Amino acid sequence: MLRVLLLTLFVVTIAHAELCKPDAQNAFKVRLSIKTALGDNAYVWDANEEYLFRAVVAFTMRKYSSKSTTRISNVLLCNVTDRVSFWFVVTDSSENVTTVPGSEVEAAIRMNRNRINSAFLLSDKTLQFLEITSTLSPPVEPSTPVWLIVFGVVLCLIVAGIVFLIVAGIQQRKKKNKESTEGENLEDKGEVTVTVENGIPCETLDLKAGHINGVFAADDERFTSL
Amino acid sequence: AMEKSRPLWDNPLQFIFACISYAVGLGNVWRFPYLCQMYGGGGFLIPYFIMLFAEGMPLLYLELAVGQRMRQGSIGAWKIISPYLCGVGVASVVVSFFLSMYYNVINAWAFWYLFHSFQDPLPWATCPLNSNRTGYEEECEKTSSTQYFWYRQTLNISPSLEASGSVQWEQALCLTLAWLVVYLCILRGTESTGKVVYVTASLPYCVLIIYLIRGLTLHGAVNGLIYMFTPKLEQLSNPKAWISAATQIFFSLGLGFGSLIAFASYNEPSNNCERHAIIVSLINSTTSIFASIVTFSIYGFKATFNYESCIDKVILLLMNAFDLEEGSLTADNLDEMKGYLMATHPQEYAQLSPQLKNCSLEAELDTAVQGTGLAFIVYSEAIKNMEVPQLYSVLYFVMLLMLGIGSMLGNTAAILTPLTDSRVIAAHFPKEVISGVVCFINCVIGLIFTMEAGNYWFDIFNDYAATLSLLLIVLVETIAVCYIYGIRRFEKDLHTMIGRKPNWYWKVMWAFASPLLIVSLFIFYLTDYILTGTLQYQAWDATQGQLVTKDYPGYALAAIGLLVAASTMCIPLGALLTFIRKRLKRENVSTV
Repeated sequence: MLRVLLLTLFVVTIAHAELCKPDAQNAFKVRLSIKTALGDNAYVWDANEEYLFRAVVAFTMRKYSSKSTTRISNVLLCNVTDRVSFWFVVTDSSENVTTVPGSEVEAAIRMNRNRINSAFLLSDKTLQFLEITSTLSPPVEPSTPVWLIVFGVVLCLIVAGIVFLIVAGIQQRKKKNKESTEGENLEDKGEVTVTVENGIPCETLDLKAGHINGVFAADDERFTSL
Repeated sequence: AMEKSRPLWDNPLQFIFACISYAVGLGNVWRFPYLCQMYGGGGFLIPYFIMLFAEGMPLLYLELAVGQRMRQGSIGAWKIISPYLCGVGVASVVVSFFLSMYYNVINAWAFWYLFHSFQDPLPWATCPLNSNRTGYEEECEKTSSTQYFWYRQTLNISPSLEASGSVQWEQALCLTLAWLVVYLCILRGTESTGKVVYVTASLPYCVLIIYLIRGLTLHGAVNGLIYMFTPKLEQLSNPKAWISAATQIFFSLGLGFGSLIAFASYNEPSNNCERHAIIVSLINSTTSIFASIVTFSIYGFKATFNYESCIDKVILLLMNAFDLEEGSLTADNLDEMKGYLMATHPQEYAQLSPQLKNCSLEAELDTAVQGTGLAFIVYSEAIKNMEVPQLYSVLYFVMLLMLGIGSMLGNTAAILTPLTDSRVIAAHFPKEVISGVVCFINCVIGLIFTMEAGNYWFDIFNDYAATLSLLLIVLVETIAVCYIYGIRRFEKDLHTMIGRKPNWYWKVMWAFASPLLIVSLFIFYLTDYILTGTLQYQAWDATQGQLVTKDYPGYALAAIGLLVAASTMCIPLGALLTFIRKRLKRENVSTV
């Protein structure tokens, strides 16, 4: 009895070693970056975590195909390194000799990727199934691009400003035309007409503006004494 | 008798702000830091300041004095100096016209980036996904996300100049908006411009100060500052350093476009333009240095970030390949671990070594970029890695806009002042209509730069439209004032205006130093163009994800020749036409 048991154990171990090894058929390599993802809250990868992994993969296989009767014991792990990385393979429940085709495993994992990730508090980037590319989620796009909205707001402001200035200018011009007598009129601050007396602009008497006639205006005696 | 007097600035501060707003432009932010980096860091300041005193200040004073004395735009002012020089004024207007055509496209790009800054994450922070969502866009993978955003999503650039492509409607919209903003600011002449320049002159400084504080506190900023300020004095023996300093001072102040003459013509005649010339030129140069400090802190941050990312990538690669425990490889023990791995697993290491890049901080800092590349690619790359990137992005692009619009105000003033001065046009059309027509024409022509090959045409205009012509224009200006108008007469005019004669420094510079400098610059550029033979440009290759050098096609070379000829030929043509007219009329030449 004991010999039979030992023999089956031996066969099973060999079978496991045959089925699960790096680059075996239908085997996938998994790489976890726990410290990168969790920093100080990182957990240690031990046999319990491996058990969880096997359970999650079994769950994934069962969820993918309702016919599947995958058990935890069907998921084989091997070559666990310090990185943390390892290979796994899923065997057919009955025989434990052949493995489930890689395409099925891949499809199953793709479908339930977020469940697998959340079981380990990781993400697509930190829990990598090499060879199984994850579908990246597209960024959220609002119906109208944001930039058009801001553009519209600024455009309205600017056009309103232009219209306001033009209308104000037209109104001022109308006022100017109404008040004009011989053309001696006071416009907006920018254009002030100069009244002249005896060839000397009146404003030189008060301000420094206007044309300074060099003949009359010596250094300090700008104004002739009356 | 009665005369209608000229619109004036409300106060001298508006004039100073207008000049600062015009002179302090994008060149201070994106050209000076590049020159500083290329020509010896802190040592570059020596030729820079020498050139400032030898040509910058004197020529600025000259232009301001001419404008203030003649109280006319560039065409009228030079006609008064000598009727044969009306071509100089026209050449200035033509050059300003070319400049305003392409310069506002930069404002359009700034608007584009500004509008895109209101998103989280910033659109240039990540690559877009490819069609089956298994990875990122191929072109984006080859280059970086910021370069991809610039070349593909902003410009949608074509592989060469010949492939013109279609007008990009998004860019066309932004360009229209940019022209509307400019129109709003110049609509009422000095009345509106005078108010706007308060904002466009001061806001960039606020943003620069914020960025200085933010920049200096960034991780790795010190590396950039050390790199920049370590003087490499051996560069001083390189003639290119001196040429670049002279060129930078010259173009940074915006001499020769007629804008300074236009601004000064709205001054009261007794305005102390000598003091203002000194103030404006010093502020312009100090702003350049200030902006370089900011730029180099940002450079340092970006280089350090890239260097550390590179190291992280190498660490990850080694960890994955040799299945080492996380955290066993750090930046500190990387080299010895590499040696250890090479010794213990020579075969696998040899397989891996082509992918292991040698990360070097020096190499990252050495990537010198200028122009639109610096402003839109490098800065946006640095911004996306900061905290609250949206805020810094908005601030930065608003600053670029203020700098650009401030310069545009000067450019359009250079075009509009001669037009509104001329009684023929001003009598029939109010200035709102003239401004509107000028803006409209510029906007329509500017649509060329929104096509897929538009950036290549932009580079043509940027490199050739103003460079040689301005040198010639300013040379003729200086010689005209010193030798045709006469320096004695000019002295007397200045005496009546500001109350004292210019001292020997100004006179020596005007009469000898500045013209000599300009002539040597002119000769240098001509020989440079002749010696290089064919002209080349940088085209974006989408398949490789980088710039490649290509030759200009024939018609592009013809366009370049036309650009240069259109403005430079005005000077002799103007003199010739006046000569013919005088011969025909047989009148005496009346000089004021």
